[in-house]
Amino acid sequence: MANVVRHRFFWPLLMLVVLLASNLIFTPDFFAVDVRQGHLYGSLVDIVRFGAPLILVSLGMTLVIATGGIDLSVGSVVAICGALACLRISELGDQNSVVGVLMAVGLALGLALLLGAWNGLLVAQVGIQPIIATLILMVAGRGLAQLITDGQIITVNSSPYKLIGGGYWLTVPFSILVALLVFGLALLLTRRTALGLLIESVGGNAEASRLAGIHARRIIFTGYVFAAFCAGVAGLMISSNVSSADGNNAGLWIELDAILAVVIGGTSLAGGRFSLGGTVLGALIIQTLTTTIYTIGIPPETTLLFKALVVTVVCLLQSPAFRAKVFGRRRKPPLPQPDREQPTKVEVPA
Amino acid sequence: MFSGEGETVLKKISAVVLGGLMVTAMAACGGDGGAGSGSGNDDGTITLGFAQVGAESGWRTANTKSVQDSAKEAGIDLKFSDAQQKQENQIKAIRTYITQKVDVIAFSPVVESGWDTVLREAKDAKIPVILTDRAIDSPDKTLYKTFIGSDFVLEGKKAGEWLVTEYQGKTEPVNIVELQGTTGSAPANDRKSGFADVIKADPKFKVVASQTGEFTRAKGKEVMEAFLKANKDIDVLYAHNDDMGLGAIEAIEGAGLKPGVDIKIITVDAVKDGMQALADGKINFIVECSPLLGPQLMDLVKKVVAGETVPERVVTEETTFNQEQAKAALPNRQY
Repeated sequence: MANVVRHRFFWPLLMLVVLLASNLIFTPDFFAVDVRQGHLYGSLVDIVRFGAPLILVSLGMTLVIATGGIDLSVGSVVAICGALACLRISELGDQNSVVGVLMAVGLALGLALLLGAWNGLLVAQVGIQPIIATLILMVAGRGLAQLITDGQIITVNSSPYKLIGGGYWLTVPFSILVALLVFGLALLLTRRTALGLLIESVGGNAEASRLAGIHARRIIFTGYVFAAFCAGVAGLMISSNVSSADGNNAGLWIELDAILAVVIGGTSLAGGRFSLGGTVLGALIIQTLTTTIYTIGIPPETTLLFKALVVTVVCLLQSPAFRAKVFGRRRKPPLPQPDREQPTKVEVPA
Repeated sequence: MFSGEGETVLKKISAVVLGGLMVTAMAACGGDGGAGSGSGNDDGTITLGFAQVGAESGWRTANTKSVQDSAKEAGIDLKFSDAQQKQENQIKAIRTYITQKVDVIAFSPVVESGWDTVLREAKDAKIPVILTDRAIDSPDKTLYKTFIGSDFVLEGKKAGEWLVTEYQGKTEPVNIVELQGTTGSAPANDRKSGFADVIKADPKFKVVASQTGEFTRAKGKEVMEAFLKANKDIDVLYAHNDDMGLGAIEAIEGAGLKPGVDIKIITVDAVKDGMQALADGKINFIVECSPLLGPQLMDLVKKVVAGETVPERVVTEETTFNQEQAKAALPNRQY
């Protein structure tokens, strides 16, 4: 039992379960999943479906943060990729042509890689602080997205494109399959090869790693390219889900949610330690929280406060120092001085 | 402490210098040949300085285009600036117009408050100000001549009135879900209250869920998905703009229901995509919120310059569309 509690996923997982369970009070059939229109249908399906873009962006963010950096530009990359793909598709003679859609998707993802390389170049080669370097693209990128869309919302009507973010494959939402695939690949590359170790080493101390013979710059560079690629795929999903590209609002503030997901997942913001599984959990907690707010009907005016409270609780529970202070006392032997006040019993939120 | 003060002084100086440079640069750009800046006062043509919010949506782009086109038609010299959704840019633009001595300043305020200082400067320079499309929150009503724009409360009322007529004579309860605009924004607040005012007269209308969809398709879809799961029996969707409604339509279709039939949909705005959905029968009713206020604005500008009195509040000419009207209007829809 103690081992279970001490597992690093215990607290985030507990929060996720508590959040999901709290929906049952308001919606008794919250966990019900049935097949409608030939695909899975239910609140849980919604959570993974709408959470998929955030999972992707957060995965990229995890590796960047693991190298001791941060990428603020992912939201803009989301907007740019969605905009470019939709623009290309809207120019197609036949929007349902698979080849045309693949070309548009390839072009958008190519641009994402290029944008990631730009970030990587600024951070790894030029040596600009990551928060500043990526801030450039965060601000300028929105402008670029608006330039692509001409300030308009581009609507497309393409069933192959629709599949990426809003479609289903064998009744399962396609977007979650893509997110799972990227997650699996990232896990394989970082944990079955030495890459993960190298990333953590660079994040711990880039200079020492370099002296030890690790191509620190190359690793950091790759991190930003991967983050931008993930953001690009997320951008395709978001725009595909509503069959339109919105340069102003697509992926707005997603970088903050992604950083939050990374932190909830137990990755150190100082770099040098990361957990991809934890990040996926973190992203799911955030999406569950959003869905919960809609389902139980928290008034929009208080939504942000409610979110802040839940996030605070999650972060506090995640902190070993906080847990030791609050829950640790019970396990300790009674204090020597009998006149000191009894440790106050702290209610564990159900 | 000392160095901190030094820094702020330095900042101020550089800001002033920079501002001065910008004004000179803009004035130089503005004066096209001969008369120099503020040429409007000399040769009789009216100069209008227009500070736009930015290009935030198709609606806004249509708004910009309407102002530009009708200025050209009315023979008014238009100086246009784009604030990119930032108040400080808009204030900068207004100050530039004051230095250029334009005849009239018009602008769509990015936010409601914080305009008193710059508008007082305009007033001191005897340049009349017209607010377009969005209001400001200031106790001093003399800071601007008039406010032209949509009446968001009225839009909400029109939406409610259609609903009341649609369900006339029926007694069973009508469950309504509402997709609000961005929390705290004037259109969201007013469209909500106008709608609520009309339907509260009849207890059969019940708003069972109301959440913000942030005026976007993506959020509209996401929130509607949650509504559909939490409320088994939804009769009507009221969305504060077309885009959220369009997102919600996808959610409704995904749930195996027919938008427009199983769930009746009312939206506001009447942009092209929304009108298309209305013509296709997926939306039942759209209240127009027209961005095409250029011609009305130019009329007001002329009247203000001529010294005629203008009403304090001018409401944009707007209509409503049902499915048949949408089919007729769709081919000529500009935005």
